[in-house]
Amino acid sequence: MTDFGFTLTKSSTINFDSLDNHLYKRLCTIEPDAQICMSCGSCSATCTAAPFSGMSVRKVILGLQRGQDVRPLLSNCMLCGKCTMVCPRAINTRHLLLTLYRIYD
Amino acid sequence: MISQGKQKIWSDYQKEIPDDHWYYVRSCIRQNFFPASEKMFTEITKKVLHKDLYETPHHTTCGGIAYHCDTIPQETAMTIVARQFALMTEAGYENYVPSCITSFGNYAEILETWHEFPELEAKIREDLWKACRREFNKPKYLAHSSDLIFHWRNEIAAKAKHHLVNKETGEPLKIVEHIGCHYAKMFPHKGVGGAEYPYVLAGMIDSWGGQVIDYPERRHCCGYGFRQYHVKANRSYSISNTWKKFESMEPYHPDAIITNCPGCPYFLDRWQYVIAEQTGKTYGENGFGIPVLTYEELAGLVLGYNPWDLGLQLHQVAVEPLLDKIGIEYDPKAKYVGLNQEDLLRPELPSSLKCF
Repeated sequence: MTDFGFTLTKSSTINFDSLDNHLYKRLCTIEPDAQICMSCGSCSATCTAAPFSGMSVRKVILGLQRGQDVRPLLSNCMLCGKCTMVCPRAINTRHLLLTLYRIYD
Repeated sequence: MISQGKQKIWSDYQKEIPDDHWYYVRSCIRQNFFPASEKMFTEITKKVLHKDLYETPHHTTCGGIAYHCDTIPQETAMTIVARQFALMTEAGYENYVPSCITSFGNYAEILETWHEFPELEAKIREDLWKACRREFNKPKYLAHSSDLIFHWRNEIAAKAKHHLVNKETGEPLKIVEHIGCHYAKMFPHKGVGGAEYPYVLAGMIDSWGGQVIDYPERRHCCGYGFRQYHVKANRSYSISNTWKKFESMEPYHPDAIITNCPGCPYFLDRWQYVIAEQTGKTYGENGFGIPVLTYEELAGLVLGYNPWDLGLQLHQVAVEPLLDKIGIEYDPKAKYVGLNQEDLLRPELPSSLKCF
């Protein structure tokens, strides 16, 4: 099988009636900028840790919106801040991740 | 939905398409992906149907690709578009036809924005004058080039040398039509048939003898979506959307797919190779893929042009099974012979997807 650097993923289903996204809501009250993310993926594209660990700020935000546990992803972040430099919406993603660490703690 | 219901919805979204005198602008990327498509459009328009179509080498990108990739703001795209309109005005035309679906969406969005915010149009006029001392009239009619082929579909059918019919069985070929998202999803009233039931490609298939396939993910994006592909970290999302479409259309056994967007035919064609490499699965018959054609290429085949002059050898998915079904004669040895008998060289064959 050829490795293209990306894979096929099946569609997922989200049940909004049973969704527990209180962590995302809490993040939004502290970091309202989380709501203006448009999932463009620029943060993921520039992430130094991504090729080795699968780290992706976009996945972190999407995971929180879907009520998933994103701690395994968070632990891969090196806090270098490149994602903050390239965000077209000027979201301070580095600060957002630090806030998320504090929420989990 | 019953067919009468569809007819009613389509009739609500018919747009006026002038028959002649068009100013044509090409796409940034189509000539790299499917090099004969735009040439075939000008050939059909001028030489087959004898219409007046004007184009100038001075036109540029419309800026839509950069705008949708978030690398330029809309006001920059507006000034680029204003210059395009100035070239049309200088040439004495009022009917504007872009080759690209994203350009079509970009022009429609900008004209709509200027309609809602006239002060912004005034500012762009001022910016254009400062930048290059040009002035412009807005086009009286804006249509996509697939709208024109749709408008002329019956004239093309009257001159057809081949029909979309299986020569062995006499049955109509089963064709999937895929409309670019920027055609009618942004402004439904700008497209023939609206956003949910666009008739622009379905009308061509009906007129040329084929059968349109309706399948669950018919209106789903092809997966390209600009940032979904251009940002490598998002490519999994891009190909997964394409995969979803193929899985959905597979039970209907389509003979071919036709599209009217620069990105859709490219990704529906090339991703079949990537899906086959990753899963070993192919969606056509006997290990082949489903051939993906632009509407100009299909019109060219119907009119009897040589498949290799239409650039079909540059497709990833082999088109020969489709040519055989229609009964189009071709020389397999001439497949990779270019203009002036130049050898185009042979591509490396994939491990799973059957190709020639």
